[in-house]
Amino acid sequence: MIAVAKPLERLASELSKLPGIGPKSAMRLAYHLLYSPQEQSTALAEAILSMKERIKFCPVCFNFADGDSCPICQDERRDPSTICVVESPSDIVPLERMGRYKGLYHVLHGTIKPTQGVGPDELRISELMSRLQEGKVTEVIMATNPNVEGETTAMYLCRLITPLGIRVSRLARGLPFGADLEYADDVTIGQAFEGRQDL
Amino acid sequence: MRQLRVYQTQAVVIKQTGLGEADKILTLFTPDLGKVKAVAKGVRRPGSKLGGAVEPLTHSLMTLAKGRNLDIVTQSQIIDGFATLKSDLWKVSCGFYVLELVDAFAVEGSANRDMFELALDAFRYLCQDEDGGDTILRHFELHLLSMVGYCPQLHRCVGCSSSIGSQRNFFSAEQGGLLCSCCGSRDGSSHILSLRALKVLRLWQKSSYPEASRVKVDGKLAEELQQVISQYIRYILQREVKSTKWLQELKKFAVDNTRRGVYNARQSSKTVSDERKLCRLITPGLSKKFNA
Repeated sequence: MIAVAKPLERLASELSKLPGIGPKSAMRLAYHLLYSPQEQSTALAEAILSMKERIKFCPVCFNFADGDSCPICQDERRDPSTICVVESPSDIVPLERMGRYKGLYHVLHGTIKPTQGVGPDELRISELMSRLQEGKVTEVIMATNPNVEGETTAMYLCRLITPLGIRVSRLARGLPFGADLEYADDVTIGQAFEGRQDL
Repeated sequence: MRQLRVYQTQAVVIKQTGLGEADKILTLFTPDLGKVKAVAKGVRRPGSKLGGAVEPLTHSLMTLAKGRNLDIVTQSQIIDGFATLKSDLWKVSCGFYVLELVDAFAVEGSANRDMFELALDAFRYLCQDEDGGDTILRHFELHLLSMVGYCPQLHRCVGCSSSIGSQRNFFSAEQGGLLCSCCGSRDGSSHILSLRALKVLRLWQKSSYPEASRVKVDGKLAEELQQVISQYIRYILQREVKSTKWLQELKKFAVDNTRRGVYNARQSSKTVSDERKLCRLITPGLSKKFNA
């Protein structure tokens, strides 16, 4: 056992709990923090603590929010008649980066995974349904990931929502921009054919 | 550097978990190697070559490279994507149930071609099915149990070896088969098995699916068969099969909708006004919105 000062070892063992960080990287990071100025470590520690204290779920869309509700739900310019349903808060980032969607979001925090015992009760589905019951929404856009579990969740939600007379749409699937047709798999090409559009 | 050994195999992905930023760890079910754990690199990025070919419920031909801990999927080509199965909520859920059972009963590194074919057949029949998939699942369960050595004894009493008559019989999950009325009444853990259910189980146990599907099973009998077999499976695995809960939830959901007259009405309603009428039928509170 290599003799390392206790506080250093403690920091390294905490850092090694982070994803993708093994014991060696953790030790390297710990030494880096030790050599770096005091302010840098204080800022890091404060940032972590304030993040844990201040970030809460938005009570409307269940995105992460600083305070009572998230900036998207607070923004009055956004269109309350469309809701885009996503799996996790990180999925909102690329949709916002695109800049063309002006409606609201709803974060499910997962997908239905029958084999792992994750059903609708473990997701924010009942909250979505009570938002829809208010009657302001005319369209729900399913932006769950295009894999079997994401599709299953979208199909289940579609069954729940269509009887309410609300339009349910799904993000298009097909060939990604810049891809080579030669390497596309059958499922993707099939979906691209089904979803082809007039030029 | 050590030379990587490359091999090719058919496979169905049973399970996948995320690894790092864009990779996934797959649990594959293969005919010759049983369950295999492998890494598929970069599959979570759009435009990945592997993409759809490493999704669950897909029969693919994969090329894998032997790795130090886990093998690495280098190529994958879809043989059958079971698209009809994946586009129907009930069928895809049945598919997940089949996968969970395969995962529970298949062994790593042990060849089982029959089980592989049985699972693929179940997916194929589910794709074609129009009766709700119950018979397919029960047939699959019975044959899967036989293949792994848990074939339930349905011809003799497992207590006293006497032949089974048409009187009241029992099924014991603990003892793995039928009990005659005498042994069954003494065994607290066994349950009564109706004569109809017994006949169907015996027939399904020895027949192929096309033959098994000719038997007309009404709702009550289907429920009894489902309970007997799932109880037996639960006893063998010593845990619940997780997808069962989801299947039951979907069934209840369909029953509730039919009771409200929604499901059938929805099939015929094409226009917006029909949808609105329907909506009033389900949620009286919402009618205000549409009347306004």
